Amino acid sequence: MITTADIYPVLPELFLAVAAMALLMYGVFRGDKSTGSCSWLAVLALIVTGVIMSLLPENAESAFRGQFVVDQFARFMKWLVLLGSALAVVMSMNYNAREQIERFEFPVLILFASLGMLLMVSANDLISLYVGLELQSLALYVIAAFRRDSTKSSEAGLKYFVLGALSSGMLLYGASMIYGFAGTTRFDALAALFTGPSADPGVGVVVGLVFLLAGLAFKVSAVPFHMWTPDVYEGAPTPVTAFFAVAPKIAAIALLVRTMVGPFGELFAQWQQIIVFISIASMLLGALAAIWQTNIKRLLAYSSIGHIGYALVGLAAGSEEGIRGIGVYMAIYLAMNVGTFCCVLSMRRQGVLAEGIDDLAGLARNHPMMAAAMAIFMFSMAGIPPLAGFFGKLYVFMAAVNEGLYVLAIIGVLTSVIGAFYYLRIVKIMYFDEPADAFDRTAGREIGAIMAVAGMFTLLFFVFPSPIVEGAGQAAAVLFASG
Amino acid sequence: MIEIGLSHYLTVAAILFTLGVFGIFLNRKNVIIILMSVELILLAVNINLVAFSIHLNDLAGQVFALLILAIAAAEAAIGLAVIVVYFRNRGSIAVEDINLMKG
Repeated sequence: MITTADIYPVLPELFLAVAAMALLMYGVFRGDKSTGSCSWLAVLALIVTGVIMSLLPENAESAFRGQFVVDQFARFMKWLVLLGSALAVVMSMNYNAREQIERFEFPVLILFASLGMLLMVSANDLISLYVGLELQSLALYVIAAFRRDSTKSSEAGLKYFVLGALSSGMLLYGASMIYGFAGTTRFDALAALFTGPSADPGVGVVVGLVFLLAGLAFKVSAVPFHMWTPDVYEGAPTPVTAFFAVAPKIAAIALLVRTMVGPFGELFAQWQQIIVFISIASMLLGALAAIWQTNIKRLLAYSSIGHIGYALVGLAAGSEEGIRGIGVYMAIYLAMNVGTFCCVLSMRRQGVLAEGIDDLAGLARNHPMMAAAMAIFMFSMAGIPPLAGFFGKLYVFMAAVNEGLYVLAIIGVLTSVIGAFYYLRIVKIMYFDEPADAFDRTAGREIGAIMAVAGMFTLLFFVFPSPIVEGAGQAAAVLFASG
Repeated sequence: MIEIGLSHYLTVAAILFTLGVFGIFLNRKNVIIILMSVELILLAVNINLVAFSIHLNDLAGQVFALLILAIAAAEAAIGLAVIVVYFRNRGSIAVEDINLMKG
């Protein structure tokens, strides 16, 4: 029997779904001239969703017979996802208007994608995991190809679609194997099945788990399933790239953590090696492949592959401390990436977008504030203390060292030194190269404001780290208390 | 007489899944073939789920299969739409032509 107590935990998602559909109707009736109001209403809908989420009673935990769970971990990750999506909508407005792709579908699609991400974060069953993931992916395929008169954007959409569909297929094949050999799709039932000294998962479940991991690694763009990332980042319109770099990554990492630590927590020995391998491979590729890039969006794609590798170090540790590290890392990653993409969005000369790294030459003389912000983000991504990025890496590496994964931690430190090369190269180009022509000052006030706030956060994180570190700590504790 | 049991269904599903994966990677001609391969993968999963569902005497597998059918339809629609958009820009949907960006 479904009661109102079952509905309470899903209220934020229900609101977001209804708001997205209402906004779709509004846009259809008003036409493309309503894009501006549609975008602001979408931001409002995301904020209201967050408010409803925080007003819910603490005990409202699971709904639909345990298929959907709201705990501190879900809340923390959902806050990050909602923030990332809302910022992406704000960042897109000016850009879309200038590029003449100002259509009301854009904020609506972002709302649907965010709804899918919220469902992913809360999924507690293989079925709800798949449905949430597809709701997110289907919306993302469309916005990757959103600039439909551009060959590059449609190629990005096509590549993302083909590889995304393949990864969903692998994930599903894994899910079907797990269902068949364990006899249930529910996470808590799976966890109970593998607990105990005599519990033997069997080959079928382990094979299924590997397929499931492959599908999820695809969604977080970890090596060896990263090949779509640089092309999609380069081809998609820049605000879409900013969105891709932030919200879906956070949701996918949250899903990966919940799936591995929750139902398969007892199979740690089986999946730890896989996570260690993809973490090392992602860190290495992120550090090495980015060196030869000339396009800033492509460079950021490799940088995000590397960042995912660092975050996965926390999962490889498999401890509460490691998961806390992932939470902190994703919060900092959000601020750094949003800020960097605000800088990329401001790179426009005589109305034409500039995407080359050389275009940043001498930025410090033409736009000192923007150069300072960009330098903060680059130093932070390189992991130089006392900026936020350093603390993100510190927490995950500490967790790895405490679990005895010395090799992993050492490789992580080495790759971040290699990675520092290309981040610092950008700083060098901005401050010491002969200045190129100045950029237009047309990016809009919102972009500047977001850049400033993200820069302040990155710069001053070490003064007030406790809200985020404690929030991530509570989020991690809840996963280990139940599992 | 051979009794057709779970393992036969699983074998068929595994063969279909492999065919689908190879169809995506080995095909150099047409993106539509990739779309068909994706459907093949999803159908392989459905055979798996229904076979397991009967074997375990548990309905969850069949519910899962129905949801996959619905989502596969939406996915095919979006895939075709993206292919149409691509064709309008490029005038071709040959796989070897999808090479504007190299990574």
